[in-house]
Order: sequence, then C-alpha cells, then structure tokens
Amino acid sequence: MTSGWKVGTVSATRTETPTGRSITIDVPGWPGNIAGQHVDVRLTAPDGYQAVRSYSIASVGDDERVQLAVDRLPDGEVSPYLVDDLLPGDQLEFRGPLGGWFVWRPEVGDVVQTEPVQLIGGGSGIVPLIAMIRSHAASANPAKFRLLYSVRSPEDAFFADELASLAGDDLEITWVYTRKAPEGWPMPAHRLTKDQLASASFDVTQNPSVFVCGPTGFVESVASWLVDLGHDPARVKTERFGGA
Amino acid sequence: MGIISRGFTGRSREVNPALPPGQFLTEDFPVLSAGPTPDIDTADWEFSIRTESGEAHRWTWDDLMALPIEDIATDIHCVTRWSKLGTSWRGVSLDTLFADVDTSSGYTMAHSYGGYTTNVPLEDLLDGKAWIAFEFDGEPLAPEHGGPARLLVPHLYFWKSAKWIRGLVMHDSDDPGFWEQNGYHLYGDPWREQRYW
Repeated sequence: MTSGWKVGTVSATRTETPTGRSITIDVPGWPGNIAGQHVDVRLTAPDGYQAVRSYSIASVGDDERVQLAVDRLPDGEVSPYLVDDLLPGDQLEFRGPLGGWFVWRPEVGDVVQTEPVQLIGGGSGIVPLIAMIRSHAASANPAKFRLLYSVRSPEDAFFADELASLAGDDLEITWVYTRKAPEGWPMPAHRLTKDQLASASFDVTQNPSVFVCGPTGFVESVASWLVDLGHDPARVKTERFGGA
Repeated sequence: MGIISRGFTGRSREVNPALPPGQFLTEDFPVLSAGPTPDIDTADWEFSIRTESGEAHRWTWDDLMALPIEDIATDIHCVTRWSKLGTSWRGVSLDTLFADVDTSSGYTMAHSYGGYTTNVPLEDLLDGKAWIAFEFDGEPLAPEHGGPARLLVPHLYFWKSAKWIRGLVMHDSDDPGFWEQNGYHLYGDPWREQRYW
C-alpha cells in the first residue's frame, strides 16, 4: 500500500484563500484513495536535502489525479513553498495513501452505508471532509450529510463555490464565521458555541458518524461538547493540527 | 536522492544527531488523538497489569504517588515527523510496577481510557525505558496530552506512549493495537523509520 515514492507532476494550482491553495497533481501509478486518507509529500533541494510532510487528500477515487489543499503556516518549511512557489509542471514525490481510521466509504464490502454523517471542520480542516462530501456525491450514496464549517471570514473558506453547488437536501451546510461575517448575515461573527453545535448537527438519536477536523483548540472544544451532548466517543473521529 | 523540486531550498542544513531520519524539530507540542479527549478524575483513576494467569495487579492514583517517582529528560518523536528534544517528565518506572509481576509472556497491550490500544514488547518497557508519566514540563499532564497519566516509551514513535493509560495486558504474541491495525508499523522504531506497514 505505501511502498515506494511516486513522482507526481503539478497540473494545476488554484488560490482558495488568502493563505491557502489547492494543488492538483498527476501521479502515475497512484492506486487511488478513500475519502479522508493522507499522503506523504517529499521535496528535494538541489543539494539533496529532503523534507517530508503529510497532507490530507481532497480528492477521492481511483483516479491518478490527486488534489491537495494546503494552508501556509507562517513558520513552515514546506507549506510556504507549496502555497507560494509551486508551479504547474513542477515535480514532487508522493507516498500513500495512508491512514485507515479517519475515513468514510460509501460501501463497506457490499453494504451501503446509510447512517447520517456529521462533518465538522475548522479552516483547512475541511480538506479530508471535502473528500467525504465528494465521495458521497459521486456514489449517489443515500446517507444524509451535514457539514458545519467554521472559518474566520468568507474569504477564508476552501472550496466555497463547490460547497455552495453541492448544498441541498443531501448535504446541509451551516457556516460559522468567527471574525467577519458576510454582509447581511443574520448574526455577527462569533465562535462556535455548544448550543449552535447542538442545533446544527445530527441528534444523538439519529446515531450519526461524526468527523471533526481542524486546529487543536477547535477540535478539543467540539469533541468534548459532542460527548456532553450524548454522542458515543467511539463514534466521534477526530484529526487535530497544531499545538496545545 | 529523489527528483529535485524546482525552487525548493529548505530551511536548515544543520545536522542534529539527536534527530532521527525524516524528522523535523518543533518547539510546539502538537496533539494527535483519534477521538475526543476523555475526562478522567484521579479519584476514579486506576492502573492495572494483568498477566496470562488472569492475575491483576492494581494501583490507585494514591498508590502510584506512593511509589518512587523519577525525573525523566528525553527526546520524543512523532510518526507525523515532528520531534521535540530535551522534554522533561515525571513518572513511575515500569520496572517498579513490574517488580512483583510474574509473567512469561513477551508482549503487552496497553489499554487506555476511551478505548485506545497499542502493543509494546515487554522488553521495551523494562530496564529504564518506560514510565507511567503524570507531569510534563513541571506541570500536571494536560488532558489533551494524555493526563492524568500516559505511558511514556520515548525510544519508540510517540503513538506507542498511550495517552490516558489504564492498564497493560500481557500477550503471548505481538498483536496489533489501534493504529497498528490502521496502517502504522507493529514496532515503530524512529531510528529505522518504522512508520507504516
């Protein structure tokens, strides 16, 4: 599954936010991935120095075309290069896909997954969640999806147009703006609260699978509120980034 | 050497012999957990070691605090590639906890509050290599970092240092724990880059 590094060639980049962009790479021999998995990305400098980081994959399926979305960390070594310097035609190395826990499949074996899926993302934590949303849409899976997406401002949302186009009965989206809300938004910018989480997410009685991804503080708050609201901790899967 | 990434220079060429291959230094303390952080009161906390005979050795929080406590200075290495050098902990050595345990099994499964598991060979827990740690950097261990107490096995990747530890169960074979069933290496030596299957 993870043996060996594969060379990928950047086919497109797209500015998503003031600090982040999505990158599409053709990786011949990529075996495909399920929604939520990661990939190791390796960069090599002219003198042979190498740096490797792991990124969530935004794309899903059997394709040899892989999409990442990366947020620039102010003191990062790899993310500023990926966000600011990388151009179509550039080559990087990839190993993966990796990870078998924070994943969603439309079918497990022959069994179609019909339980509701609650996705909760903060900032670039949307990346593995958009893969699940894409997997859900592409497979016409009947499960109900809800997404609660917390961003600083409308400009800080990754995949905003795509999310808007997919929103509907099968994907309900609740936006939380923490610093600046869009003009005419019914409430001022605020951080997510436990009450809002309770009203915007599937109730415990609906027995949802829950995926939470974002900065450590955000995930810590949301996951503990979910447990307070009665969710079985075993059904709340999390991915955190950054320190505490 | 891999293909050159045009325009990539990287940050530093300083060779740090304390850094295993493929790791980078962080001053931060990232948090990686598969689920919610459990809320555990030390009044309810218990640690046990269960052997192949079914015998269980148990310690309450007060029992643990009454044992010899060691200061530990060590480097830690996460499979997600960050390393933190010279961290300071306090805890009780597994040598102390295993002193009266009679077992001929060679492997352990660590079990945590919240359901996490990870497998560690017994020899990797003995001879001053592992602790039940409850202080980090002079403070009680924070819940998101595994408090009130976590296993500390710093010579292996840090997912082996199970947060919210509640017990060890002796096994005759090296059965995979949680991450080991989800793509991570059975042993996890950072110096041999045993990250994934």
